[in-house]
Amino acid sequence: MKILRASRMDRCIGCHSCSLACARQVHKKFSWNMAGIRIKSSGGITTGFEARLCLACDPAPCVKACPTGAFSQRKGGGVLVKMKLCIQCGKCAPACPVDAVYLDEKDQPYVCIHCGRCVDFCPHDCLEMRQKQDHVRQGGDANG
Amino acid sequence: MADTAFRVCIVHLDRNKADIVSFGDKNVHIGGSGLAAALFDTYGLPTEPWSHPDQPLIFAIGCLTGYFPLMSKVVCGFKSPHHDQYAESHAGGRLALAMRFAGYDAVVLRGKAELPVAVHVAAKIIETKDANYLWGANALTTGRVIRRAFPGASGHRSILRIGPAGETLSAYACINVDTFRHFGRLGAGSVMGVKNVKALVVSGDGDQDLPGTDSKAYAKLFKQVYEDMTATEMMRKYHDLGTPGNVAPLNALKSLPTRNLTQTDDPEMEGISGETFAKNLLIRNTACAGCPVGCIHVGMLREQFQDEHRFQVRQVAYDYELIFALGAMIGVMNASDCLALMDEVEKQGLDAMSAGVALAWATEAYQKGLLSKEQVEEDLAFGNTAAYKEAIWCLGHAKNAFYADLAKGVAHAAAKYGGEDFACVLGQEMAGYATGETFFASQSLSFRHSHLDTGAYGYDQKKHDKDPQKATEYFVEDERERVLLTSLVSCLFARGVFKKPLLAECLRAVGLPELAENMDKAAEDMQRLRWRMRLATGYEPEKTTIPKRFLEVQTWAGKMDPVYLENLRQSYITAIRELGAPLPEEEKQE
Repeated sequence: MKILRASRMDRCIGCHSCSLACARQVHKKFSWNMAGIRIKSSGGITTGFEARLCLACDPAPCVKACPTGAFSQRKGGGVLVKMKLCIQCGKCAPACPVDAVYLDEKDQPYVCIHCGRCVDFCPHDCLEMRQKQDHVRQGGDANG
Repeated sequence: MADTAFRVCIVHLDRNKADIVSFGDKNVHIGGSGLAAALFDTYGLPTEPWSHPDQPLIFAIGCLTGYFPLMSKVVCGFKSPHHDQYAESHAGGRLALAMRFAGYDAVVLRGKAELPVAVHVAAKIIETKDANYLWGANALTTGRVIRRAFPGASGHRSILRIGPAGETLSAYACINVDTFRHFGRLGAGSVMGVKNVKALVVSGDGDQDLPGTDSKAYAKLFKQVYEDMTATEMMRKYHDLGTPGNVAPLNALKSLPTRNLTQTDDPEMEGISGETFAKNLLIRNTACAGCPVGCIHVGMLREQFQDEHRFQVRQVAYDYELIFALGAMIGVMNASDCLALMDEVEKQGLDAMSAGVALAWATEAYQKGLLSKEQVEEDLAFGNTAAYKEAIWCLGHAKNAFYADLAKGVAHAAAKYGGEDFACVLGQEMAGYATGETFFASQSLSFRHSHLDTGAYGYDQKKHDKDPQKATEYFVEDERERVLLTSLVSCLFARGVFKKPLLAECLRAVGLPELAENMDKAAEDMQRLRWRMRLATGYEPEKTTIPKRFLEVQTWAGKMDPVYLENLRQSYITAIRELGAPLPEEEKQE
């Protein structure tokens, strides 16, 4: 399965269209936080922008932290989310090494599900859906 | 029935408290320009001076802000230090979306802080922090320090700040918004300065539900608007060369104000054309939050500061108006030199157009012996970038009596030192369009004295029959259309896409069907309200003048026609008086 990568963030103009698209289309929210991809400035606009999004870990630390199975391992990396199982414990967000999980006021998590629906809303083609590289897919175990 | 009132945060600087007020009606005031005028109507003090502590400094977004692409601007309403009347200035950056997600349709600053402060407004925070230590810092340094002082909400936070010009109460101090954008014209920066507010931080840290009731229909309409904004040719001019693409065509039309408007074209124009900037200096584009067009063009300023190849590099945003004012108007025909002056203007927190026109007037006045070396301090001469750079610092700091006078406006300085004939002032310092009588009449009289009040510069560029009545009707109607957009609040670059049927669809999608039906009436009412505020604060359009230099201009269409110009002005004055006529008593009481 393909994953979302913000491969060309040097081109980002900071319009936030990707975040707004994810919130609007995937999470049915009007927000630039309640989204699987969030844009931060890396210290003022002159230094450019960075994207906070799921890097599609396998195994994913957030899955391990989730006590109910609301987050389960997604084939190809990342997580499958079943919100009905979520008890809003908030354990997933701190488990993520790259701060990709956003918790709202009620500790409801918002994370990228690698659906790619934001990609068309990037005017500078910063985002892409692609396969994980082979050696990453095999994880650190490949090094013996 | 949905609540259609605006949610307004009024910060009382003298008491360190805030009120959250339910104000007005989206179906009536729309937002932006309309909301700001309505807030001024309620909280403004029309007959007190601009510097009165209780005068409000208003920042307003509109009922479509953030809900659709390019609904990304904020209107600032204030009593202007330039003419001591009600004024508006517009800016983008991240402010509009930050206000939307902080949950406020308007933020109003009232009162005066005892010592300089930075104000922070967020969904669950309203606070002020000491900023006395920042007084005197330039606008760029202030931005860097404030980012550290208010951590969090990175990328979702907007930082407004003033430079020295706002502290010395210049008539044309700007408010810098997020490094590259500005509430530029008519001195809003000094209204912040007189209130002892060095910075205003708005954190868009709240979360909201989708507007309207049909999320699928909303998403579909959003996609359609997004595609119109990005996939069509209509917006290309804004993200390709951007507004600097106007330099060459205006030069070809003999409409590029050059060397204090002694020329309208120049053989060296190529040095500052949009093409030259793009080819040699452009390093990236950036955007206002919520706008995929990315019209902000950022150039690289590379300056050698020591021998042995020691360089400093800075990023400087450029636009047509800056190139006109800090390039052609002062005879600086080199793109990199223009960037250096833009950078200095940015640091001082000055409006670039007014600063450039002020330097142009000072240069000619100095050349003609009206000003002494002691007064101007620098060897002001067209093209002398180094002298201009120093002079901009002097202007921002009101360094001596002369620069303090010049900082009060070119008209003020010319009245004192002479040279009124060549003071390029049309209500305020001119914008970069020597296109002809229609533009001169428009800018000299229009609501904001801005090139964006009407499309007059375009009107001049087409053949027309010099009919004052027709041109006046165009001014009034075009202004009304623009008031609608600046109330929603749309970027005016989107006016080719946001036609009324589409706007009606957008309004229905966010749950405002009544406004969708009545937008023309609402826009006209807000147009009239703005004019009432302007006239109530002392505007007498009859007293505006057109300096002689404008009548000496020659464009592609030939010499100026003073009779058409004067007839058009008289006709527009009559229209303004009608638009801004006081309401009958019975309507006032409603």
